Amino acid sequence: MKNSRRRFLQIAGVSALSLGAKPVLNAFAAEGAEGLGYRVTRGEKALSAKQWGMVIDTRKLKTAADIQPMIDACDKAHNIPTAIPDKKQEIKWIWDAPYHNVFTEKVNQFLNEQVENKPFLLLCNHCENPPCVRACPTQATFKRADGIVMMDFHRCIGCRFCMAACPFGARSFNFRDPRPFIKMENKDFPTRTKGVVEKCNFCAERLAVGKMPACVEASNGALAFGDLYDPHSKVRELLKENYTIRRKQNLGTEPSVYYIV
Amino acid sequence: MKDKNKIIAGLVIFIAIITFPFWFNLGKAAPAPDLVLTAKAKAAKTCVMPTAFMKSDHMRLLEIWRHDVVRNGDRVFINPEGKAFTMSLSNTCLDCHSNKAEFCDRCHNYASVRPYCWDCHKDNPKGE
Repeated sequence: MKNSRRRFLQIAGVSALSLGAKPVLNAFAAEGAEGLGYRVTRGEKALSAKQWGMVIDTRKLKTAADIQPMIDACDKAHNIPTAIPDKKQEIKWIWDAPYHNVFTEKVNQFLNEQVENKPFLLLCNHCENPPCVRACPTQATFKRADGIVMMDFHRCIGCRFCMAACPFGARSFNFRDPRPFIKMENKDFPTRTKGVVEKCNFCAERLAVGKMPACVEASNGALAFGDLYDPHSKVRELLKENYTIRRKQNLGTEPSVYYIV
Repeated sequence: MKDKNKIIAGLVIFIAIITFPFWFNLGKAAPAPDLVLTAKAKAAKTCVMPTAFMKSDHMRLLEIWRHDVVRNGDRVFINPEGKAFTMSLSNTCLDCHSNKAEFCDRCHNYASVRPYCWDCHKDNPKGE
């Protein structure tokens, strides 16, 4: 019985470990939905794709008045606070800008006058290789299986790294409570709160019930929406037949929004 | 130990003050809040899950809902009875429980929890 003290300590140690491990294992076993009998699933009408994409036919959008209905449709659908007086604090999901701001690397010295002067519609490009997702420290912004770059506002800590990472200026920060500045209200959609970043979500909530995005519905055919990896989709048909350009393609983010100029 | 009496008197006073909240509230437990169900909630008889589960675990269920909807795109909840619900705080939960002040807030105030759901999600979106 030379080793009796060591033996005793070994047994005591192992016993303490097993006693301590039991509640931990129980806690893990209690996690998860199994045993409660419920399940979650996609809606029956939900649309799916490998990579949602959009083609904007700028030939059909000649003036600011042609573009405004689409911006209004989005503002209304998503409770965008349009009445914020300070331009630096404005929230925009879909907006417009002149050609030289949109296609910065495709500005020729002498440009088609009509192209140079008309507004172009802008929104989140839902890049295939999104730099905002890599920048986000909490994975509040992430790429869904259908290619949508989505925001999880519950997780956003408002660090604005994503805004710095996005080369398209597609993201806005809520410097203040947006609720008093919402002009057109949609009661079915939540608002945001102070301190989170927001952007276009390609109307994920509408795709989930089988509807097209709000801007596409309001576009009178100027916008087409579909799966970029389905060769028979509407967007692919348009891309086959028309010459299109994308914004800042040289950055390698692979934007999913194409422009027919 | 010259100041023995002073020290003991001071200690007694100190302990009396420190424990004041305990003996002041002794035997006066705050009554559990009375929850008011709307007519619609009463008519439905049971929530998406059994009442006992909802009482103890509604916050966990809501967390599962928010994760599945936002991150996985799964928006339909099928309960053990096979009934389907849209997973939405504003449009499903608060559609029946449209009386936030008498339903949600009473318990949350009693338990001293301050969920920030309503910073974004609208309470009583249909305005009933």
